[in-house]
Amino acid sequence: MRAAVLAILLALAAGLALGSGAAWAEDGRPALPKAKAGPCIAPPQVMRRSHYVMLLHQRDQTLRLGIRGGKASLKECVACHAADGPDGKPIPVNAPGQFCSSCHEYAAVSIDCFSCHATTPAAPQTASSP
Amino acid sequence: MNNRRAILKAAAVMALAPGVTLIAARAAARAPGEPASAANRWGLLIDTTKCGADCTACVSACKTEMGLTSHGRPLSDPQYIRKVDVADPETGMRHSLPVMCQHCAKPACVDVCPTGASMKRADGIVLVDRHRCIGCRYCMMACPYKARSFTHQDETGQKPYLPRGKGTVEACTLCAHRIDAGRQPACVEACAAHGGGAMLFGDLNDPSSPIARRVATQATSRIRADLGLEPAVRYQGI
Repeated sequence: MRAAVLAILLALAAGLALGSGAAWAEDGRPALPKAKAGPCIAPPQVMRRSHYVMLLHQRDQTLRLGIRGGKASLKECVACHAADGPDGKPIPVNAPGQFCSSCHEYAAVSIDCFSCHATTPAAPQTASSP
Repeated sequence: MNNRRAILKAAAVMALAPGVTLIAARAAARAPGEPASAANRWGLLIDTTKCGADCTACVSACKTEMGLTSHGRPLSDPQYIRKVDVADPETGMRHSLPVMCQHCAKPACVDVCPTGASMKRADGIVLVDRHRCIGCRYCMMACPYKARSFTHQDETGQKPYLPRGKGTVEACTLCAHRIDAGRQPACVEACAAHGGGAMLFGDLNDPSSPIARRVATQATSRIRADLGLEPAVRYQGI
């Protein structure tokens, strides 16, 4: 009886995983595109747990106090974590299977950052900001 | 000794002569980690005698810089600068002037905001903190300059330095992202390059800056000065 229930649950989970369209790695964790440049500002364990705390603090510092060049920056997250598509153009970080969306989908977290913030880095020829 | 003093005096008089320096010196970028300072008061001086009625260089440069795209509804599309044509009915004298957020020292939009989203930075730049904006639009009603816009629908393709989205109010930021990097606002650059060179940007608190010297020596006015909001944008020739 217990084995049958477990089998049904597993089948359901597999169906959900397939249906969601996200790419999953072998160990069941979300498969993330690799970052473009070197090491992140903190180890992955810290970033996974605390990136939103860093960004929450930084956004007020930048906007309300005008402090630029902070360690944490959503602009820098996007610049480093937006993967390039087959046409060489960056893919939005909130597109299915991309860096931000794949993990937030896995953790069932709905974020509001990208209704306002740019999802791709600035194009080099139009980059007019530091 | 006396001779040297005389030379120094002469040099000082020459340096202070009005109109000698019309191009603003490049402001220094603020060091990383340093907050905006109340020692600065960023402002604009607009010479309407040099502003052509059919020139929209500042408006289009602003739209490009800030990534403002039209949804095909000119009445509600976001605008940070608009050209206003005014005429004196008695004399027939006509002026065209760009009107943007006037970055008031006593901003009405900040007074009325129920969430603290409408705010004035230490250096006098008036901004909307869209993390806190609930889209109630009280600030739009309070602003006598009609400077603010509301984003009515989902936006894509925002500029990394100007996040903006549905359900929030937005307005001219005086190009805070450029000022922080030691650059001039996009409209001022475009006016100098493609327009009549009518706009001068600078620090009104710095007595040696070209803008402070000009407002100290020439007649300038602020629109709706009677309201006492003390805008940082001054006009000349109206």
